[in-house]
Amino acid sequence: MKVKFLTVFALAIGVWMVSVPLFAHHGNSAFDTGKRMTMKGTVTEWFWANPHCFLKFDVKDDSGNVVHWVAETTNGPDMIERGWSKQTFKGGDEITVTVEPVKNGRPVGRVLQVVLPNGQTLGMAYLKR
Amino acid sequence: MRKGFVASMIVLGAALMSSPLTRAQTAQPAAPVALDGWGRPVISPVTGPKAAPAPRRDISGIWEPANGPGDGIQPNGPKDMPSDGKPEHDLPYTPLGLQTLKSHKALFGTAAVLQALTNDPADKCDPLGFPRADLFQLRHTQFFQNERQVAILYQFEKRWRTIWTDGRELPKEIPESRWYGYSVGKWEDDSTLVVQTIGTMGDERAWLDNTGRPVSDAMRVEERFHRVDRDHLELTVKIDDPKMYTRPWVAINKFPMKLQSPDYDVIEMMCIPSESEKYHKEYGDVASETVGK
Repeated sequence: MKVKFLTVFALAIGVWMVSVPLFAHHGNSAFDTGKRMTMKGTVTEWFWANPHCFLKFDVKDDSGNVVHWVAETTNGPDMIERGWSKQTFKGGDEITVTVEPVKNGRPVGRVLQVVLPNGQTLGMAYLKR
Repeated sequence: MRKGFVASMIVLGAALMSSPLTRAQTAQPAAPVALDGWGRPVISPVTGPKAAPAPRRDISGIWEPANGPGDGIQPNGPKDMPSDGKPEHDLPYTPLGLQTLKSHKALFGTAAVLQALTNDPADKCDPLGFPRADLFQLRHTQFFQNERQVAILYQFEKRWRTIWTDGRELPKEIPESRWYGYSVGKWEDDSTLVVQTIGTMGDERAWLDNTGRPVSDAMRVEERFHRVDRDHLELTVKIDDPKMYTRPWVAINKFPMKLQSPDYDVIEMMCIPSESEKYHKEYGDVASETVGK
């Protein structure tokens, strides 16, 4: 599967610093640790839930086919600590997502960073308090 | 002529500055701020390195991990004894302890498995139980106390425990095993409450930590809540389970917590079975490659 993506190494360095240990519930074994993919996509669902939230978005590959991606975050309360909310996304939002994909090649991963339609960047670092 | 040109430029500049296009390009989204469960900005009462002295025999208040929310998650096991393969973190298992450990398919630690292969009870939204509540997802923790008891309210799962401080002893016979056990507390000094807990669940539904370390019905847990000053608390947890470990060991040592504002509204945080089911179906199982490609 040739998904159109941008690999942004400078960004990845920053994202790397907030990686694995923050995802506390569902393990690391499935992930291609250290790999980063950055894609432009359209939000289809933002599932705000416990034990984990996940973001569903569509990405067009090089052939123009739509690939349905699913990427998890941590749980809602934990995402609030990072500046996210249940209202962060709505269906149809055009976003840029950086994920750490799974090893099995499926369009699945965990969110490391999102750039929202208004240009705001949300990451996985906890907000200062 | 020149005055007219300058005036025109001023007008043009003003028009550009006020145009929606320009505003859209220059406007910066407001940086997010930390909010409590009520949607109000978090205002920490901890103002400086020199806090007031600890009040006498009082640990009441809302406490949070002093080093940030991530410090209490402890995904790879207790902070001071993680499952990371280092010899100094090897636990003194009994043969039964080792056998039980191997039967646990954890998502974290040195023997981590894929999502679809785990038998972690918490993955099905079973209660964490005690002492896992101290050793995994230790987040905002609220203490209420009176002269007879201390109640501990955990943010994760919205669970609570009762610590009896009325002088009673632990039960000689356990009426019924409990997820959160039977606890009594005694003030060792004016700023240290020492809590003993027995009678916890000793079956396969109770794990000590996120990496599947075992527990039995013979376990005794000692917690030391030491209020360093008004704004800071340290928690130490010691495990004594002769069926599973050949000697007692310290899981977390002086884990630092800081006082939160009394107005802070703790955000609801639970494992919801129906949401977990959707999560596994649409995400976890796909990530583990257990559904058709």
